[in-house]
Amino acid sequence: MKVRKNIAMNEEGFIFNPSTGDSFSTNILGVEIISVLKNDLTFNEITELVCKKYDVDKTAFEKDLEEFILQLKEFNILN
Amino acid sequence: MNDINQKRVVAVTGLNAIDSPGPGVPVIRAIKENSEFEVKIIGLSYEALEPGIYMHDYIDKTYQIPYPSAGTEELLNRLIYIHEKERIDVLIPNFDAELFNFIKISPKLKEIGINTFLPDIEQFNSRDKSKLSELGKKHGFYVPEDKILHEVTEMKTIKEDFELPVVIKGKFYDAIVAYTLEQAEKAFLSIQAKWGLPIIVQEYIKGTEINIAILGDGAGNAISIVAMRKLYITEKGKAWSGITIEDEELTDLARKFLKITKWRGGCELEVMLTNDRKPYIMEVNPRFPAWIYLTAAAGQNQPASLVKLALGEKVEPFTSYEVGKIFIRYSWDLITDIHEFQKISGNGEL
Repeated sequence: MKVRKNIAMNEEGFIFNPSTGDSFSTNILGVEIISVLKNDLTFNEITELVCKKYDVDKTAFEKDLEEFILQLKEFNILN
Repeated sequence: MNDINQKRVVAVTGLNAIDSPGPGVPVIRAIKENSEFEVKIIGLSYEALEPGIYMHDYIDKTYQIPYPSAGTEELLNRLIYIHEKERIDVLIPNFDAELFNFIKISPKLKEIGINTFLPDIEQFNSRDKSKLSELGKKHGFYVPEDKILHEVTEMKTIKEDFELPVVIKGKFYDAIVAYTLEQAEKAFLSIQAKWGLPIIVQEYIKGTEINIAILGDGAGNAISIVAMRKLYITEKGKAWSGITIEDEELTDLARKFLKITKWRGGCELEVMLTNDRKPYIMEVNPRFPAWIYLTAAAGQNQPASLVKLALGEKVEPFTSYEVGKIFIRYSWDLITDIHEFQKISGNGEL
């Protein structure tokens, strides 16, 4: 689970895949998650990091994160 | 060798801009924006309503030339006449249907001082739509299965070789996706009426449409390769908007094509990238595409480089371009005067 090396993303959450020409938008939390994914953090490490920082239910977040990662894979943002 | 300060005279065809626009005006726009040399542009038109004729900011003077069906002699005579007046340095033809004639007369043009940078007849024929399958099989490119038809009655047999839908294509232009046999027959007749025979039936490949603009040096090397993904596609399958992308596999595909064909000049690979990332070459257009200005905007000015190559100047291969450059085509009603129209339609010059 790694962000493709040439994926470009700005702080506003605009993501561009130069290999396909596709572009996407995500929210602030999406930016944070993709940024940590770039640093090779695991699913559990991301969960821990986000749950510590925000007041969020762990089970609910895990479900959302799983869905988000699936989307990133579908859009060729993650390997 | 040309004096660097002297204006180079470049003649360009393909000045039309209908829903399937000619590449002439974008080629001119790119050449005029180069920072290395000054140019005088001579337009070469077939019809009096080609908008480029009236775009005086881009074209200094336009001459009508005979239709390709008139043959090479008439074309050569007309070009000799134009050359006597304009002293053309480089000529860039931009229509598939005229290329055969221009390639044929290119040695004679060279003798009188008009330089071209075109593929030879063998290279030109090797990428013909009717031979694409052969090219693919011989050199290991993914290409769709196809069948060449000479009579509409043959269409009844296509179900033996293809699953519907299929793509019905003309020799030079036009492609219609047919979902039923009736639609296929209708498409056959419609394209035949416009472009003649044969008609090509092609396997329908689903995927992402990508076009690659290429400039080859004629020795198997790439001067420039720029890939563009279509973002908005018209009913005719033309890109009305597109974005430059960077994909090593596509660049390698273009390099391989150049190495094998030793293509000389500009061309375009139309690629369908399937979901499992197989790059099918759907067509090879033997000239610059209508979106060619995007190559200049992204940092690889292919038309201006071709002018230099045609003049025998050394051009270093480009190594990178700006990814994420978008073109959005639009239409604009150019207003002209009946006197201008009269000049080009009556005198063949404007």
